[in-house]
Amino acid sequence: MQPEPLITIRSRTACLPEPNIDTDQIIPARYLTVTDRGGLGETCFRDWRFDKAGEPTGHALNSLDARSHAILVAGDNFGCGSSREHAPWALLDFGFRAIVTSTAADIFKSNAAKNGLLVAEIDAQSHQALLSSPGEVVEIDLEASVVKSNGVEAGFQLDPFVRTCLMQGVDPLGYILQQSEAIQSFEARAST
Amino acid sequence: MAAYPSKPTVRTAAPQTLFDKIWDSRLVTPETTDAPGLLYVDLHLIHEVTSPQAFAAIEARGLSVRRPDKTFATMDHSTPTTPRARGAAPTYASNAQRQQVERLEENCRRHGVRLAGWDSPDRGIVHVIGPELGLTQPGMTIVCGDSHTSTHGAFGALAFGIGTTEVSHVLATQCLLQRKPKTMRIHVDGRLPTGVAAKDLILAIIAEIGAGGAAGHVIEYAGPAIEALSMEERMTVCNMSIEAGARAGLIAPDVKTFAWMVGRDHMPKGAAFEAAKQSWSRLKSDPGAVFDKEARINASSLSPMITWGASPDMGMPVDARAPRPQSPDAAKALQYMGFQPDETLMGEPVQTVFIGSCTNSRLSDLRQAAQIMAGRHVKPGVRMLVVPGSERIKKAAEAEGLDAVFKTAGAEWREPGCSMCIGMNGDIGRRGDLVVSTSNRNFAGRQGPGVRTVLASPATAAASAVAGAIADPRKLMEMCGAA
Repeated sequence: MQPEPLITIRSRTACLPEPNIDTDQIIPARYLTVTDRGGLGETCFRDWRFDKAGEPTGHALNSLDARSHAILVAGDNFGCGSSREHAPWALLDFGFRAIVTSTAADIFKSNAAKNGLLVAEIDAQSHQALLSSPGEVVEIDLEASVVKSNGVEAGFQLDPFVRTCLMQGVDPLGYILQQSEAIQSFEARAST
Repeated sequence: MAAYPSKPTVRTAAPQTLFDKIWDSRLVTPETTDAPGLLYVDLHLIHEVTSPQAFAAIEARGLSVRRPDKTFATMDHSTPTTPRARGAAPTYASNAQRQQVERLEENCRRHGVRLAGWDSPDRGIVHVIGPELGLTQPGMTIVCGDSHTSTHGAFGALAFGIGTTEVSHVLATQCLLQRKPKTMRIHVDGRLPTGVAAKDLILAIIAEIGAGGAAGHVIEYAGPAIEALSMEERMTVCNMSIEAGARAGLIAPDVKTFAWMVGRDHMPKGAAFEAAKQSWSRLKSDPGAVFDKEARINASSLSPMITWGASPDMGMPVDARAPRPQSPDAAKALQYMGFQPDETLMGEPVQTVFIGSCTNSRLSDLRQAAQIMAGRHVKPGVRMLVVPGSERIKKAAEAEGLDAVFKTAGAEWREPGCSMCIGMNGDIGRRGDLVVSTSNRNFAGRQGPGVRTVLASPATAAASAVAGAIADPRKLMEMCGAA
């Protein structure tokens, strides 16, 4: 699937300050029995948003529209735990388009990038400032690799390849397929 | 055989880590500033949960599986573990699980991928059967759409979890785009005391370095306490590397590794194995190799460990008191668990005990639990599930009568699978239950909505089943003369 190209994202923020938000929170395992990737938004943070009777809780995520609060500012080590790509699928379907955090877990970051979900890791001080003002308008500029709001301007490092893929909507599989010859000669070498 | 390259590794002046040696040998194209390198994958393991969308993605592009001979599938997450007569149809929790498993069967058939399916004596948890069948070999790169792929690092293989899009990349090209991770060495001195298990060691390591302590790094576990571990114990340690945020966990292969592997189905045989052993023997970090990060821990001072919170790094000795929370996160976790600061957790009533998962479902784990259970009974009112990691383990355990020990003690003896570790197949706790579990994650709701998970070793879990409360296994071990 070809992700939409991203250049800048400007939106209000939703804030989840807890550190170590694992992918079982983002999408509980009981929703992983699917065989496609669509429609997972309703399972996103399901057990935070709904109680045991299936009634909405008072969680902040229930009182905002993620399409107008498309930037999720989250605590340290976001997306730890399971490698399920269902986590970025659920976040995107819920309406989020970017995660701003101090650090994100490796596999989550890799999965997010492949689906056009931007993960911007910024310095601790700017991160705290954004976490303390939920609902603020934030702009993320991919070209300049900077997260800006009223009072915060924080640069972030993005792998140049990930940046290109995000900005041009490139699917990395095509890129690998172009290297078929190198793969073939590696296989020939390895089997001797 | 997809062994370590028969040509010797290029000798460079600088001493190399074990990780560097494997990485360099598997690079198809090196990374540049602009693009990641292309890493070749020697073994691609797949299961029903993270592969359907990947097969769909390659089929949508008209691609097929490049190397079915380097791909191996099993079904473990969504499969029921309820006892089943030989040849009988499995009873799924719902149609969703059935469809997911059937999709895997169809995909494997269509693409010629080997599948350890319902009728196979090889079926089991993906990270249990890889080593068991001899698919896992030193020096290999091994990936799976599953974060506990790090387990295979116990054999000196570079093994890590990937997402579903990457599964599609490997299916179609046998390669992955990767930046080189950093390296971390965790040196473990001393020796584990009697009654303290590999599970306790890894829980102590994670408590020490934190849930993100090894983020971006591949861990190499080294030192006398690691060398003293059995292969099963090494798998338990490497399995939970991801719980410290690590990309992978590695242990250099040694004579113990070779002795464990020899004769397994997919291993080279005879002279070929001897030749492979020669090349595998080079798979160790050179003296003076530099790691990006180092940590040291002494095994001799460790006790059995339990977790008190909702993250695997919230661990402490079984006889310690719950901490006074130092952060809102810790306070929230304690509250979720229903524990009080400064409270002793031993004696806390337990409703369910789970022995199983890719962390602790191997024969030695079952033996340790059975040793505690023999001649004892699960406390009335407590439910205990014992779920072997594979068909082969189940058969071996039954051959030595372990199933009878568990059943006589009042535990349920199940069919192999991931079961309550992830609870996708309907094996879950009831809301509010306190579960002592030998699995790897105590995340809120992981074992069912509102279920509270305490991670522990098989011995601690068994002792807790007998006591009906969180218990120190060492006391029961003394009584059965195991100490």
